Order: sequence, then C-alpha cells, then structure tokens
Amino acid sequence: MSELTLTVMRLGFLAVLWLFVIVAVQVIRSDLFGTRVTQRGSRRGAENRPQQRQSATPPPQRQQSGGGRQRRGAPTKLVVSEGTLTGTTVALQGQTITLGRAHDSTIVLDDDYASSRHARIYPDRDGQWIVEDLGSTNGTYLDRARLTTPTPIPLGAPIRIGKTVIELRK
Amino acid sequence: MSVVTNTTTIGAIDAPSRRNTELALLVFAVVIPVFAYANVGLALDGELPPGMLGYGLGLGLLAGVAHLAVRRFARYADPLLLPLAALLNGLGLVVIWRLDQSPRLIRRSEILFDSFSPDAPKQLMYSAIGIALFVAVLMLLKDHRILQRYTYISMAAALVLLILPMFFPAVNGAKIWISLGPFSIQPGEFAKIIIAVFFSGYLMVKRDALALASRRFMGLYLPRGRDLGPILAVWAMSILILVFETDLGTSLLFFGLFVIMLYVATERTSWIVFGLLMSAAGAVGVASFEPHVQQRVEFWLNPFADETWRQSEQIGQALMSFGSGGTLGTGLGQGNSDLIGFAANSDFILSTFGEELGLAGMMAVLLIYGLIVERGVRTALAARDPFGKLLAVGLSGAFAIQVFVVAGGVMGLIPLTGMTMPFVAYGGSSVLANWALIAILIRISDTARRPAPAPASPDVEMTQVVRP
Repeated sequence: MSELTLTVMRLGFLAVLWLFVIVAVQVIRSDLFGTRVTQRGSRRGAENRPQQRQSATPPPQRQQSGGGRQRRGAPTKLVVSEGTLTGTTVALQGQTITLGRAHDSTIVLDDDYASSRHARIYPDRDGQWIVEDLGSTNGTYLDRARLTTPTPIPLGAPIRIGKTVIELRK
Repeated sequence: MSVVTNTTTIGAIDAPSRRNTELALLVFAVVIPVFAYANVGLALDGELPPGMLGYGLGLGLLAGVAHLAVRRFARYADPLLLPLAALLNGLGLVVIWRLDQSPRLIRRSEILFDSFSPDAPKQLMYSAIGIALFVAVLMLLKDHRILQRYTYISMAAALVLLILPMFFPAVNGAKIWISLGPFSIQPGEFAKIIIAVFFSGYLMVKRDALALASRRFMGLYLPRGRDLGPILAVWAMSILILVFETDLGTSLLFFGLFVIMLYVATERTSWIVFGLLMSAAGAVGVASFEPHVQQRVEFWLNPFADETWRQSEQIGQALMSFGSGGTLGTGLGQGNSDLIGFAANSDFILSTFGEELGLAGMMAVLLIYGLIVERGVRTALAARDPFGKLLAVGLSGAFAIQVFVVAGGVMGLIPLTGMTMPFVAYGGSSVLANWALIAILIRISDTARRPAPAPASPDVEMTQVVRP
C-alpha cells in the first residue's frame, strides 16, 4: 500500500475520531440549553428569554408572583430552591407530584422533618395547582401558614417541608 | 406589550427521548472501528482484511441489540452513554486484533506457551456476553432504587469478592484472580459496582451525621472522632487489600471511591484532605515493607535502569512507544508497541493507541472516557432521589479512578498496577463489569429524565386519598 494512502488514512482516522467527539459534545450542548419557544400567535420571537433547564437555579424570584406580564399565569415547572435537593426541577405537565421520603415519590425528600408521604401537588379541573398535606407529622407550610386543607399555590410562593423549600415557576 | 406576546410560552422541552440521536451516534460509533479495521489491514497486508464484513456486522449487531434494548426498556436514557461505550469497545477490538497480527507477539506466545491463539475473537465473544448482561440489567432492574434494599447485602458481597482472590495463587505477582475451572475472573471489577451500591445506600442514611456534627478548625470542618469510624474501616480494608493481594489498583479504587462519595454526600472538603493524607500515609507505609510494591515503585522511578530493564522492560517499552508516536502517531498497524510483549493487549493497550494514533488520538480517546464520566455526573445532577445521585456519582467516580490508575500507570505518572482500561483492554471480567456499569447509569438517567406518568383524572385521585 502506498505511503500516501496510508498517511491520508491515518490523518483521516484522527479527523473522524475527533469529529465523533465534537458531535458528542454538540449533543451535550443541546441538552444543557433545552428550551423551546412555542409560538401560538402569528408573530415570532417577541420575548425569547432563554432559560436553563435543570441546572443550578438562580435565587428565588418572588416578584414573579401575580403574573403581571403574562396573562396566562400557569406555572410550567416546580423548582426546589432550598434544602439538599436545591436546583432540582420537575416539569409540570398535568401530573400529580408526590413529595416525601418514600422511594417512589416524584421528589424523594431526604429531610429529617419530612414524612414518607408528606404532601402532593396536583392540578384541579381548571388547571390551578393545588398543594395538599397528606397528614404529615411536621406539616407543610405555604408561605408562613400551615396547611390544613388543599390550597391553591400562587406562583412563586414558597412551600416549606422541613428544610426543603419548593416553589412553582413559569 | 402586544397581545401577540402573551401567546408565546417558553418552557422546558417536554423530555425528548433522544433515541434517534443515540442511533445516529451509534452508527457513527460502529463505522469508526470498521474504518480502523480497514486501515490496519491495508497497513499490514496491503489489502482489506477478509474478516472485515463479519467483524463490522458483528459489532453493528451488538450495538443494534443494545440500542433496541434501551429503546424498549429505558426510553428516556441519556443518548451518549451507549455510543461512547460502544465506540471504545469497538476500538479496543480493532487494536487487539491488530496486536494478534504481530509476528513478535505470535513468536513470543509460541515460545512461552507452545501455541498461539488470537485474542480478538474471544474479546468479541466477551463483548457479546457484555451486551447480553447490559440488556439483562436493563430488563431486570426496573428501578435503580430497588438496589437500595440490598445495601448491607451488597457490602457483604463486595467483601467476599474482594477477599476471595487471597485464597487463589498469585498471577504475575498480584492476587486479583479467582479461577473457576477453565475460567478466571477478576472479582475486583464487579466489586466496584457492588461497593458503589453499598456506599450510596450507607451514605444516604448517615450523611447528616457525617456532615453536620463537626467542629470548625482552620477553615476545615473536623469531624468528631466517632464519625471517623467508617472512613477508618474502609481505609483499613484497602490497606489490607494492598498488603495481602499486593494490588495497588483495587486498593486505590476502593478507597478513592469512598472519599469521592463521602465528599459528594456531605459537601465537606475536609474528607478529601483526610482521604489524601490517609492514602498517602498508607501507601508510603506499605511500600516500606512490601517487596512487590517496592519493586513496582522502583520500576516506576527508574524505567530505563539496567536492573529494571532486565526484569521487566514493559514500562520502558510503553514510554518508548508513546514517544515514538509523536503528535499524529505512526498510523494504525505501523507501530512497534508489540515490543512490550506481556500484557500488550490488556494493561498496556493504551500504549498502542499512543503510538499508532499519537497524542491527537490519545487525547480523543481520553476525552471519550471523560465524556462517559461527565454523562454519569450529569445523570447524578438530574436524578431526583439521593440514592440515585450518590450511585451515579459513585459509578462514574469508580470509572474515572480506574481510567486514571491505568492511564497514569502506563504513562509513568504513578506506579503501574494490574488494572485494565475499561472497554478497550482485553479481558472478560472488565468488559462484562463495565457494560453492567453503563447499564445501571442508563437506568438511573432514564429515571431522572423520564417525565412523570400521565395524570389520572382528579376525580379518581380524590377517592384514593386515605387519611389515617
């Protein structure tokens, strides 16, 4: 086999190997910035605020509550803002989210003050998200008030379970 | 803002499964080794190797089966883990096949054992068994949290696996093998997975005690004396492995894994400081009286000394092969890394990569290992339960330490130990154990990325609430 062919193959192989690495890194990149802008109207790109998905979250933004700018004030994700699971997010897609120490909870709390089945968060028929305490020992707090009945969750209001704080965000 | 603005919603992508990305990358990961195979054949004989079609089909079939298993049993798993592992396995097969063609190694084997049998077909068989194990783990392990139930059983199992080799004769100076009839197994490879399960189950329960009860001293949190118990026990265990099995690699892997997981579980830097001090003290202490370890250190410090060269020219030859590879390498099939002789296709396989692909190829290979570790840590970040987080960190940490120990040993950074490079090196235990490890990582990442099940209607749920 001629020297030239072998040299071309050698360099070609290195190029292909590196191409694979670069493609793999591209896949990671798209994983890090996984946001989607859904356009329901006719014009595009009026408010493209990129959000990082499931990365270290910024400190809680309480002023978001009230839903002033966006009329559709439905939260899209649940964020753990304090406690050992800080930064964990769960996309809200109409499913019930259970919280507690039990291993099959949606969010498994590793918190000495949490019960195995501590609370759940679910949407009612109108799509309003409700938090309900499931008879926990130490209680679930919405802002400062201990929950006694299923209560609607305002956007950005802290739900406190032991040392863990959870809030709904857009 | 206009009305149109209000109709734009920005949300997280609703968990794409990324299976097609995985398939595309997997095809790429099969094509690269086939290319390498053709390259080796052209360089050695001037023609395409006759087994190329069968070999490519075999690799493609294995990758396809693994992909279908992921599609079926772990739909939302990370798309990168499988292609990266498959590529490493394929490249390893090519290089093992390339070393099988070496006249020097064939002659050496005929002189020493009166016969020569190529290792590549055996490695292909091990890969097939490895993929079968991968599929089996995905099928049987529906949820990684099940492993949490076996915390203490896995501790016992890992201890047995680590202690067993002591009762079998040493192979080449290290007691890391157990032989069952015609098969010999390196239990350390499997023990690393089981021990990670134990550490994550244990630390998940105990981490608060280890993290909170401490005094602050000179910027470090000093744990209480009684909380030092576990780390001392693991340290003693790893020292015992070092003394009785004379295996630095397993010992380092075992202790390093515990320190990593302790750090991740408690967020206390002091554990790392303690770990480094203790392992340094242990290594120096053992090296001062254990002749096998002393010899390894001597070989490491003076690889080209006459004395070393007479006993074992492996390390010197490995360093030479890295040197003669240069930046771009000599090209596949055109190096002389077969001069290493013994273990050229297992412990020292990296030096063939280093010589024939050069620094550029070596960096790519190490980056692929790095990407696997990165995906493991990413999985840990995304996992929603503490056990899964710790297990993913532990498994990727074990993988990373193993790569470091082997690559560092072959390149002369640390004393050489008898461990194998995950996926590329020849050896059944290693391939099997690492495919199982990747399967567990894929399982955890599937659970982490999977969207919660579809909502039941609220009416149904209301009737299910049972209050005490």
